[in-house]
Amino acid sequence: MGGVLVFSEDRELARQLIGKAVELSVRLGGRASALTTGTGDDDLIRHGADMVYVASPPTGYAIEPYRALLLEAVRRESPDVILVGGTKRGKELAPRVAAALGAGYASDCLELGFDDSGRLLAKRLVYGGSSIASETWKGRPAVATAPPRAFQKLDPSDRKGEVVRLDIVLPESRLRVVESRPKRVSDAGLENASVIVSAGRGFKKREDLRLLEELAGVLGAKMGCTRPISADLGWMDQWVGISGKKVSPKLYIACGVSGTIQHAAGIRGSQMIVSINSDEAAGIHELSDYSVIGDIYSVLPALTKLLRERRAP
Amino acid sequence: MRRILVLVKDTPDLSGIKIDPSSRRPILEGVKRKLGDLDKRALEAAIRVKESSGGEVVALSVGDEKTKTTILEALAMGADSAYVVGDETLGRLDAQATSMVLAAAIKRIGGYDLVILGELSLDTLSAQLGPRLSELLDLPQVTYARELRLLDGKVTAVRDLEDINEVVEAPLPSLVSVIREINEPRIPSLMNIMKAKKKPIILWRATDLGLRPEDVKAASSIEVLDVVAPEVKRKRIVIKAETAEEASAKLVEALASEGVLEGR
Repeated sequence: MGGVLVFSEDRELARQLIGKAVELSVRLGGRASALTTGTGDDDLIRHGADMVYVASPPTGYAIEPYRALLLEAVRRESPDVILVGGTKRGKELAPRVAAALGAGYASDCLELGFDDSGRLLAKRLVYGGSSIASETWKGRPAVATAPPRAFQKLDPSDRKGEVVRLDIVLPESRLRVVESRPKRVSDAGLENASVIVSAGRGFKKREDLRLLEELAGVLGAKMGCTRPISADLGWMDQWVGISGKKVSPKLYIACGVSGTIQHAAGIRGSQMIVSINSDEAAGIHELSDYSVIGDIYSVLPALTKLLRERRAP
Repeated sequence: MRRILVLVKDTPDLSGIKIDPSSRRPILEGVKRKLGDLDKRALEAAIRVKESSGGEVVALSVGDEKTKTTILEALAMGADSAYVVGDETLGRLDAQATSMVLAAAIKRIGGYDLVILGELSLDTLSAQLGPRLSELLDLPQVTYARELRLLDGKVTAVRDLEDINEVVEAPLPSLVSVIREINEPRIPSLMNIMKAKKKPIILWRATDLGLRPEDVKAASSIEVLDVVAPEVKRKRIVIKAETAEEASAKLVEALASEGVLEGR
């Protein structure tokens, strides 16, 4: 049947991938299809899927049952491309399924399209995020993951699609979940955050990070930092950079960050970068869309106050 | 006896990579190669398991004669022996072909309780070797481990997912991929560096594992067409003002008109 089969346990990401699947399917001469567990078939059809495979949700999230479901959907749909949401769970599932199919896999694709000779082409970061590789698949199916916001979802419309239930016996997981500990909000999901505020060595004391917290609060942002703040000083858990988290928010605000090459590689995927730094010569300004030349100790409180007033009706 | 296999890789030192200013391509010639950071942490995790519950740590790598420096690093850290699967007839292998070679080597070594590796290597950033090997070897797949313990014939790990830390238990043998939070790898002492030179390194060719080079080559499923370091395309608009309030007002106005101040 060809086309593109989409799966992500993150519904919003699934919608974005279907947007891309619709675009690719036109050229591939197939259809956009999706796998979902539980509900959501209508929603996925409204966002562009022609065919949705619906399975009963396995208990918990374990790889074996999801592997079995995705392989079953692949067996029925015979897609050219299998596109999985690049969450951590997606990124352990997709290469596993690729191995089962003997297929090539490209992770965290920032772009997916065709080159001049009609080959399916993926663009993805390599060398710690400093470079972008163009890769193609030698055979079919092609398996890929893409991070949140790499692709755009289509506007929902009233359209018809086919829905098929997948009723197969699911294998038991060989991993037993003993405990599930929710993360502190500030630590969770930096990679998927849409707004990030981050701290660099411009912060003189640990207590001063409350200035960042307040800004994060009013923006609904996650907090990140540079390597020294985390690895050397231990003030925060997760740093952004070549050896830490690679982020792709809509808005990244670097506060008192100097802008090393290592940090630059981690924030490359950001849609918009703002820096606040009193040092006019700091490297971060070259990486920024907007640079405020000013002291974080006066700019952050002023910015927070202004944004809070803006929020208030 | 417990046997822990650790997969290690000869990785270019990323801080040594320069970009050719005219072609924008990264220059890899002459860049030092070393044991990858996550590989060291995988090795450290294995050595700690050995220190607490006994056994041997075996390092395994796909490579060639040049990989030896990296392997010596692994032996100096505390691996007891090492296997290098290399074959100049194979050429550059992608992840699928690499996993085929490693799976054959792991089966040949046999008798293992754990296979430990880094979640990804910083050069390719593709994070697929662990899941692929779990599939090929039919091993329980314990990814993103930030803590690891061997207890009562089971492996217990804390998996670092986006929203939760998940504590899981898996039977042996299992495959575990680790993230950087797992530990701080030790720096080998001079004495251990000397001792490493006396430890056994076994070199295998593909044919030693019953693999035909043409089959391995044919398993490569991804072709890298080009690698370019993109130029930073940012607006680079500088906001300067007398007061922090004025500067903030200008920034908020700019961000609002860019449409980045509203929710997801």
